[in-house]
Amino acid sequence: MAREDPQLRKYPSGIDPAALGEVERNVPAGEAPPLAPNADLAWIGKSVARINGRAKVTGAARFTVDVKLPGMLHARLARSPYPHARLASLDLSMARLHPGVRAALPINETVGRAVETAAEGKPPSTRRVLYVGDIVAGVAAATPEAAQEALRLVRAEYEPLPFVTDLETARVDGAPQVFDGRVRGGGFTDGMAAAAGIAQRGNVRGPNTSGSRGDAIAGLAQADVVVEGEFRTQVQTHCCLETHAVVADWRADGLTVYMSTQYTAGVRSELAHAFGLPLSAVRVVVDAMGGGFGSKSGAGNYVRAAVALSREARAPVRLVLDRREEHLDSGNRPATVQRLRVGARRDGTLTAIALDTYGTAGVTLGAGVGNFAQSIYDCANFAIAQSDVFINAGPASAMRAPGNVQGAYALEQMIDELAEKLSMDPLALRDRIDPSAVRREERRAGAERFGWSRRRAPGFDSGPVKRGIGMAQSYWGANVHTNASCEVRILRDGSVELLSSVQDIGTGIGTVLAQVVAEELGLRPEEIAIRIGDTDFPAGPPSYGSLTTASITPPARNAAHRALRKLFDAVAPALDAAPESLVARAGRIATADNARSVSFREAAAHLRTESIGAVASRSDDYGGFGRKMGDMASAKSALGGVQFAQVAVDVETGIVRVERIVAAQDCGRPMNPRQIESQVHGGVLMGVSYALYEERILDRHTGHVLNADLEHYKIARSRETPEIEMVLLENYQGTSATDAYGIAEPSNIATAPAIANAVYNAIGVRVHRLPMTPSTILAALGRMPAGSALP
Amino acid sequence: MADAITRRDFLKGTGAALTGAAVPGTAARAAASPPATIGAVPGPLSATFDVNGVRRAVAFEPQATLAEVLRGPLDLTGTKIGCDRGACSACTVWVDRVPVASCMMLAVDVGERKIVTIEGLATGDTLHPVQSAFIAHDAIQCGFCTPGLVMSCAALLATTRDPSRDDVKAAISGHLCRCGTYPHVIAATLDAAKAGG
Ligand code: FES
Ligand code: FES
Repeated sequence: MAREDPQLRKYPSGIDPAALGEVERNVPAGEAPPLAPNADLAWIGKSVARINGRAKVTGAARFTVDVKLPGMLHARLARSPYPHARLASLDLSMARLHPGVRAALPINETVGRAVETAAEGKPPSTRRVLYVGDIVAGVAAATPEAAQEALRLVRAEYEPLPFVTDLETARVDGAPQVFDGRVRGGGFTDGMAAAAGIAQRGNVRGPNTSGSRGDAIAGLAQADVVVEGEFRTQVQTHCCLETHAVVADWRADGLTVYMSTQYTAGVRSELAHAFGLPLSAVRVVVDAMGGGFGSKSGAGNYVRAAVALSREARAPVRLVLDRREEHLDSGNRPATVQRLRVGARRDGTLTAIALDTYGTAGVTLGAGVGNFAQSIYDCANFAIAQSDVFINAGPASAMRAPGNVQGAYALEQMIDELAEKLSMDPLALRDRIDPSAVRREERRAGAERFGWSRRRAPGFDSGPVKRGIGMAQSYWGANVHTNASCEVRILRDGSVELLSSVQDIGTGIGTVLAQVVAEELGLRPEEIAIRIGDTDFPAGPPSYGSLTTASITPPARNAAHRALRKLFDAVAPALDAAPESLVARAGRIATADNARSVSFREAAAHLRTESIGAVASRSDDYGGFGRKMGDMASAKSALGGVQFAQVAVDVETGIVRVERIVAAQDCGRPMNPRQIESQVHGGVLMGVSYALYEERILDRHTGHVLNADLEHYKIARSRETPEIEMVLLENYQGTSATDAYGIAEPSNIATAPAIANAVYNAIGVRVHRLPMTPSTILAALGRMPAGSALP
Repeated sequence: MADAITRRDFLKGTGAALTGAAVPGTAARAAASPPATIGAVPGPLSATFDVNGVRRAVAFEPQATLAEVLRGPLDLTGTKIGCDRGACSACTVWVDRVPVASCMMLAVDVGERKIVTIEGLATGDTLHPVQSAFIAHDAIQCGFCTPGLVMSCAALLATTRDPSRDDVKAAISGHLCRCGTYPHVIAATLDAAKAGG
C-alpha cells in the first residue's frame, strides 16, 4: 500500500442528532474514511443480537471453569487463618505422601500488596502473613477431593502477631503495625498507579496533596455559603459470579494458561516476566468469562501458584477459588472517610472545594478518591489531602470506577446540600458550575424523562412511608489503550475473520467488532467470524477502565478498510474499474455508479492467495489525547452521566426501596444500544446494591471476614431491582475511526449519591454513611443510637 | 510408591488424625449417604441417571453433589457453580420438572428422578422460547448466571400461563446476577410467556 500523507477530513460533531455540525481533523494515513452518523449506517449503532447469545443460553459457552485437559490436576491453596503472624514452619511432607498428590509447594507470592522498601532485595528469613487468607502453600492432586484432603495435611505453624483490622484503631499512634518499614508503592488510586514518595507514620501513609490548585482557604473565606460534611463508605467486594479461575499447562515447549481474565495480553507479559519465559512461549486464552469488574485485571498470586504447580507436576493444573476465598483475597473497593468543605457565592459559583480523606485498601494502597472532586466542577481553589491506612485485610483492587464511586457519593451530596442552602434547584446549580455540555444535555433530557419538576420539599410526605427524588452526576475519563491491535482477514471463499486477544468479559465486544467489520465490508455481522480472547492473535486492549470499545473498534474498522482495499485491487480488473472507484455494500463489490458488480464471495475468488489481511493498531485520538501515560491515554473530553432516583423510605422500619432510576448516559458514538443498556442496568444495580446493602464485615477480634459468602454479603437481586430507564446520547467528536467510548464505569458512579439525595428529599435528614441499611436510617432519624449501626 | 497405596488405604491406614481433621467437612454431607462404618471411607457409588431424556451410567464419590456429577463425569458443564452453598442458584436444573439448586442435592439422592439441564432444554436445534427471548432482549452479559436463570424462567412458564412482573421477580429471587441482567431477564420472560412459552 502506498504511503499516504496525513490529511484533513471532516467529521460529524455534536450531541443533537437534528443539528450535527462538522469538525475538521488532521488524520494519519491509512485511516478509514469518516463514518456517517448512526442513523445513516447499516449495523453500527444498531441493537444487533449478541453473537455468543446462543452459546450462553444453551450452556455451550466455555468458561475457564469448564476447561478440561487430559491429565489435568486439581489444585487448592493453603491460606493463613491468622490476620498477622510469623510463619514459623511449613511442612508439606505429609501432603506430598498423599497418593493423589502430584505437587505441593510453598507459595510466597505477594503481588497486589504494597511494596515495603525495607524488604526490597532481601527476603526476610521468616515469612509474615498479613491477613486471613494470605496464601502460604499450594497442592495439586489427581482429583478435587484428593486436593482437598491434601490441604488438610499441610502443616503450617504460625506465631500470631498483634494485628489491626479497624480503620480508626489503625490510625492511632502505637497501633499494631501492618508493615515494618516504609511502603514504596503498589496498588491503584483513582484507577491510576498510586503515588510514590509519600510520608508514612505507623499505618498511615499520607497525606498526598498532589492535585491541589489555587488557595482553598482563601476561597472558603470568600464564600457566601459554606457547606461541610463527613461521609463514610464501606468495603465492597466484586463477587464475580465465576470465581477467579485458571488452568495452567506448563510444557517443555511453552506455557498455556486458560484464565478468567480481563486482560489476556497483560497476563501473558506478567507471566513471561515472572517465570523467565519469552513472550512467544506464553499463551493466554479466555473464551467466555464470568465477570471481573476490575478484580481479574492481572495474573495475581493464585495464577502464579497454579503455574508453579503445573511446572512442578509436569501436568495441567486447574485452580478455581471458592466463594470464601473470593471474598478474602480477590480484591475489593476500599472503605473511605471523606471530610468535605465546599464554598460558593450567592449565584452558585464555587469558590473552594476542600477534601480531606483517608481510607483503607487493606494491605495495599488505593483508598484515594480525589479525582472526582478535582475534575468535575469549575472551581479555581481545590485542596486535597488523602491518606491510605493499612489494616490486616486482603488487598483492594480496582473495582468499577475505582475512587470515583466513593468520591461522587460524598461530593454529590455536598452539592445537593449547597443547592438547598442557596435556594437553588440542584439542576440549576449544576448548570452554573458544571462545564460539561454533555452533562448539561443529560440533565435536561434526564429531568424531562424522569419528571424532575414533581420534586417536593424535603420530608414532604406525612405518613410513615416517605417518597423522595434526587439526582447526581458522574465523571469518568474517556479512556483509551493504545497498545490495541487486531487483524481482519478476507479468505478466498469470501468468509471473513477478525483476530485479536481482546476478551469479552460480558460486555459484548465481539458483537460490536462484528458490527464494525460488517459495516466496512458491506456484509452482515453474522458473516464475520470473531476470534478473540487468545494471545496467539494480535494483542488487544484490556477490559478495564471502560476503554475496550474505544481502543479496539477503531483498529477493527481500519483493518477491515485496509483488507478491503486489497480485495478491491484483486477484483478491479474483473470489473474493468479502478480499485479506488469500487465500493462494498449489501454483500457486493460494485463500481461507484453501480453499473457493474460481483458478490463479495465472487470477488474473494480473485485473490491470489488463500487469504489477505491487514493488522491495525489504535492510533492516537485525532487531535491528540488529553493525557497519556505509557499505553494508557484519556481523550480530551471526559465522559458524563447524570442519574435520577426515586425512593420510598419507611421511617418506622428504616427500609429504603429504590423505585425508579433514570440514567442519562453518553459514550461517544453508541455502538450497540441494547448492549449498552445491559451495561447501564449492571452499573445502576451495582450502585443500588452499594448504596443499600453491600458491606464486607471484618471481625475486629479475629480478623476474619464474617460474611464471606453470598448469603450474608447482601447484594441487590430481582426484588430489589427498580425500574431503570436509560436516556442515551449520541456524542460525535471525530476523534477516531469509530468515535466510540465506554460505558461500564460511568453508569456506576452517580447511582449511590442520587439515591442518597433522594433519601434526603424523602426524610429531610441527610445520611452520611453507606450502606443505608435500616439501622443506619433509623440512627440518622434519631430512632436508634448511632453506635448500633456499626458492625 | 504412590501406585502401591490407594487413596482409601492411605486414609484408613495413615490417617487416624487426618480423617479426624476431615470430619467437619464430610459429616454433614455423609448424613444423607448410606450408612458407613465409622472411620472407614465409603467407596465410589454407581448409578444410572435419567438426564435430558437419556439414561447414563455414572460413578461418583458418596459426598458428590448433583452439580459436581453433572459437570464432572457427565460433562454437562452448562450447569454452573457460583457458590456451592445454595445462595446463588447458578446451578439450577430441573428435578422432575421442579427447579432445584443442584449444588444442594447429593447425587446419591437422585435415584429415578428425571433431570433436565440447560443442555436439554432446546428441542433439537429449536431453542426453548425463553432461550430465544433471552437472546432477543439481551438478557445476558457474562452469561455465567444465565443457564440457571433460563431454567427457572422456563419452569415458571411451565406452571404459570400468564405471569406478572412480580411472578417473574419471585421466580428468580434466589438467583444472583452480578452483571445486573434482571430487567432484561424479566422482559424476556414476559415476552416468552406471550409467545406461548
Ligand atoms: S452454586 Fe448452587 S446455589 Fe450457588
Ligand atoms: S450475566 Fe454475569 S452474572 Fe449474570
